[in-house]
Amino acid sequence: MNRSAANKTVYQFGYRRSADQDASRPVRRPVVIVGAGPVGLTAAIDFAKRGIPAIILDDADRIGEGSRAICFSKRSLEIMDRLGLGDRLVEKGVVWQLGKVFLGEHQVYSFDLLPEAGHRMPAFINLQQYYLEGYLVERAAELPLIDLRWRNRVTAVEKHDDFVRLTIETPEGEYRLDTDWCLACDGARSKVRDCLGLKFEGHTFEERFLIADVKMSAEYPTERWFWFDPPFHSGQSALLHRQPDNVWRIDLQLGPDADPDEEKKPERVRPRLERMLGERKFELEWVSVYRFNCARLKKFVHGRVIFVGDSAHQVSPFGARGANSGIQDAENLVWKLALVLNGEAPESLLDSYELERGQAADENIGHSTRSTDFIAPRTKQERVLRNAVLQLAPHAAFARRMVNSGRLSVASEYDSPLTTPDREAFAGSARLGLPVPDAPLDDRDGAKRYLLQTLGEDFQLLYVKDGARPNVPEGLRMTVIGEDLIDREGHFTQRFDATPGAAYLLRPDHHLCARMRSYDGNRIREALARAKGSAI
Amino acid sequence: MTALKTENGFANPDAAYEALVEAHRGLAEAESAALNARLVLILSNHIGDLKVLKEAISLAKKAG
Repeated sequence: MNRSAANKTVYQFGYRRSADQDASRPVRRPVVIVGAGPVGLTAAIDFAKRGIPAIILDDADRIGEGSRAICFSKRSLEIMDRLGLGDRLVEKGVVWQLGKVFLGEHQVYSFDLLPEAGHRMPAFINLQQYYLEGYLVERAAELPLIDLRWRNRVTAVEKHDDFVRLTIETPEGEYRLDTDWCLACDGARSKVRDCLGLKFEGHTFEERFLIADVKMSAEYPTERWFWFDPPFHSGQSALLHRQPDNVWRIDLQLGPDADPDEEKKPERVRPRLERMLGERKFELEWVSVYRFNCARLKKFVHGRVIFVGDSAHQVSPFGARGANSGIQDAENLVWKLALVLNGEAPESLLDSYELERGQAADENIGHSTRSTDFIAPRTKQERVLRNAVLQLAPHAAFARRMVNSGRLSVASEYDSPLTTPDREAFAGSARLGLPVPDAPLDDRDGAKRYLLQTLGEDFQLLYVKDGARPNVPEGLRMTVIGEDLIDREGHFTQRFDATPGAAYLLRPDHHLCARMRSYDGNRIREALARAKGSAI
Repeated sequence: MTALKTENGFANPDAAYEALVEAHRGLAEAESAALNARLVLILSNHIGDLKVLKEAISLAKKAG
């Protein structure tokens, strides 16, 4: 790959001097976010939607260099939809939900990530990370509460009891900034993490992989294709996945002894890809050779410094659990921190961020480790066992289910002190601790709506009509299903196991935190207090 | 209480052992290892109980 391709800039931004740089004493801010990647930008936009100003510091001044994350999950898209970017992402992205796994030339397993209808967002889109970041930056620019500062590099982090002092280097010299809360969204090689002397705990995999984004016109379907031992890359694994603009992601396993510098050279990469792609003409957009960790920080909250996304945890790419989990981290944290900043919840509510997203990180690391162990067995005997699964797959259903080329990211189900346990039985796909499922509904004017579109930023009660509207606690928004929204197709009723009088309490991140078969004002008040941290 | 049965389960245990031995007869070491791996997977799934599987693993480890 030539240098200009490697350094291609997709979006260019400019450094601008901030008045904070001229202040005689460090200015104090409520929230400073380090890192203008998908996670930091998501957090800033969510804060702005809740009326809280946020500063984002980023050491670069452009977005470029390869597509990196490409698969964005339904849950991420639902979050982006709330932030105002859902339609734009789905329109630009490549929508997909089918995956196929091959052994040699034969398909051994396939999966469908969204087999049911009636959801506003698809199971997945593929989209180059630079597009997501570009759209988020443009969205952030529309919001006056966000102050995005390019070429602002954090060089020191000083922890105080109730604030954090940052030293920031700019093209015009250094300045300091105080903040009530500092969100470290600065990625796997987090500078903030280094400044605090914190270390990841986990496992580094020896196996190296080649990742190549290739531009070509090809007739492959819009599905995730994964090969074990393909004819074009004997003894290893390969992945092919479509992105917008006729760009295809190709991932080739190279083994543990591959030399990363050699393998990146076009004269090495092209023949490998030609074996896979045959006679097709292609251009290399981006090439990288990588190894990865499955690791996490033991704690995500360190006083007033909070780690979010890759700065807090890292996984292998098989499963699309990196960017997607980071976006969910941001969403989980922001509403809680907003309540704390507004004096509506105790600081201990943030313990539930640590707990819930810690569970999610462990789950992601677990899946990611299992996938990687399957794709790249660590010992000869592990390989024998793995190959046995693949050999049995064409003959036995159970073995097909064991074939693991990555288990793709779905929302995490929180086992949380914010949840009020069920007293009555509920069936359906809505589950305590999970985000609520979407459902198509009609509004009062008969216009088609999706449930998730109607939910907004606050706690929300969904009440199934059974006579008069109940008087909900002050500040709680209520939607009456059967009055405000009509379930003509029956999806809501089925997914929520809804019966007349049933009430469902949703957190600001749309996770279901309490439900009951009939409206009980006291129980709802208690559940609301619990969801704001009263039981922590 | 253990879930794994360790008392004899076969009407004719000698015949069962013979079937296993015969399956391996004439195979090279790598082929035998691969056959064993497939057998372990097939039988594990047939049992379909993670607790039993883990007890079996720990008995196998202890005995070796």
